Amino acid sequence: MADPEIKSYEPHHESQSAAVTESRPVKAVLMAFAFAFLAVFLLLPLIVVFHEALAKGAGAYTEALSSPDTRSAIRLTLLVAAISVPLNVVFGISAAWAIAKFEFKGKAFLTTLIDLPFSVSPVISGLVYVLLFGAQGLLGAWLKAHGIVILFAVPGIVLATIFVTFPFVARELIPLMQEQGNGDEEAALSLGASGWQAFWYVTLPNVKWGLLYGVLLCNARAMGEFGAVSVVSGHIRGLTNTMPLHVEILYNEYNAVGAFAVASLLAGLALVTLVLKTLLEMRYGAELAAARGH
Amino acid sequence: MTTAPAKAGWRFRQPSVIPGFGLTLGFSLAYLTLIILIPLSGLVWRSAALGWVDFWAIAVDRRTLNALKISFGTAFLAAVVNVVFGTIVAWVLVRYRFPGRRIADAMVDLPFALPTAVAGIALTTLYAPNGWIGQLLMPLGIKVAYTPLGIVVALVFIGLPFVVRTVQPIMEEVDKEVEEAAATLGASRFQIIARVLFPGLAPAIITGFSLAFARGVGEYGSVIFIAGNLPFKSEIAPLLIVIRLEEYNYEAATAIAAIMLALSFVMLLVVNLVQTWSRKRYG
Repeated sequence: MADPEIKSYEPHHESQSAAVTESRPVKAVLMAFAFAFLAVFLLLPLIVVFHEALAKGAGAYTEALSSPDTRSAIRLTLLVAAISVPLNVVFGISAAWAIAKFEFKGKAFLTTLIDLPFSVSPVISGLVYVLLFGAQGLLGAWLKAHGIVILFAVPGIVLATIFVTFPFVARELIPLMQEQGNGDEEAALSLGASGWQAFWYVTLPNVKWGLLYGVLLCNARAMGEFGAVSVVSGHIRGLTNTMPLHVEILYNEYNAVGAFAVASLLAGLALVTLVLKTLLEMRYGAELAAARGH
Repeated sequence: MTTAPAKAGWRFRQPSVIPGFGLTLGFSLAYLTLIILIPLSGLVWRSAALGWVDFWAIAVDRRTLNALKISFGTAFLAAVVNVVFGTIVAWVLVRYRFPGRRIADAMVDLPFALPTAVAGIALTTLYAPNGWIGQLLMPLGIKVAYTPLGIVVALVFIGLPFVVRTVQPIMEEVDKEVEEAAATLGASRFQIIARVLFPGLAPAIITGFSLAFARGVGEYGSVIFIAGNLPFKSEIAPLLIVIRLEEYNYEAATAIAAIMLALSFVMLLVVNLVQTWSRKRYG
């Protein structure tokens, strides 16, 4: 057994006793491990993106970004996010209202189903739409007869993006709204507010930061999704190439500056997302605490 | 308000004054069914339509088996690495105070925010034989890019935040007084970590492991750049699905996807059981 001598038994201790924290050398080693790991696995990849993008100077960088195919990839990515994020916001609010404000049978099961897309490989998320809408798909013949194009076109890309970003908003809002309870809404209703008014003037202001948090993560994934979109896009340059897909094409053509220039825009988006997320956590940490975890 | 029934029978939902239940639940269910459930059941239906003989032939095809082995094996290794380093990172972030802690903490979420394709080309450039890290490892005879080791590196990157973000909040909740009590009773620091702290953290570590593992098994974007993608050696299962699709071999693509889903499901089940066991044992 350890030596029985009790070193620190003061009722209040300014310095932490040796047994409640690690010794100095152990602390140093742990910190060194953590920093080295974070530097090698997180910081270096981020630095290399900007380094490679600017490897041939600012001129080559801006030139790479102004090519028509790159421009159209940027436009498509913005369009896809502009459609899929609002749809998932509407779903997220609606699902959170039903799940957080009411007690009903099968609630836990419904919550599990909402998280389902997180445990499905992105490639499979794309595949399910190919099986549904593809030429050999279940609805393929019907769609063709009616002249509706979903696969290898914008609708397919939007659907696959909605699939992979499906849970983000809902899973931020559900725990947050559960934590806040129904008291505020019940007060508003008893004072004569309509259901919509209670939602607009009471619920929405209560959850706005959690909602913003969810939108932020949802948008980052929507703009950056690769696997699912890759399966349904058809990779038609200038038409169905999103930014991540365009990065792949340029990279495989050994156009490093071009690939990393587009990648640097996406990395910039990731950094902005992280900064906003951190600011939200710092200012509204207590409010978001319930919803944190992912 | 209706009076609360003393002993009401089966009831779908508890009564409430809040309106909008039918509308929001109806819309959510419809959206969930259209976007997630119908497409996913299409996959199940297609693989059921294959019949056992065809399904089995695809499943035991050597290339399929190898791809599955590589996907699950590398994801397992990466999750183990992440459990070790992720727990250390979480510990350092929770317990130590140092300048730049907030930035380091925010950085942990980078893999959530950075598109996988960007991570893929960045890691490949770093670990290629002439890359910043690759050229350091070259003299040691270690090749990372275009080998299965590269897959592990990419999956470590992808999985890190899952472990840190599940373990960190539990560490923050640990009551320091318990540690102090153990210390006053004469326990050494090591004993406190092994006997007092670890049991409390074990369920969170297992959850983090399973999340990182599940994500790694399905990961595609970051892996395909660094893997080299040699059949039988460094070809992951999601890539094989894409290859089969490009060959218009929908049957094989469907079967591999169904196997992956089934394996992931079994794995989640096992993890849940282990978790229940560890909660009973330590909780």
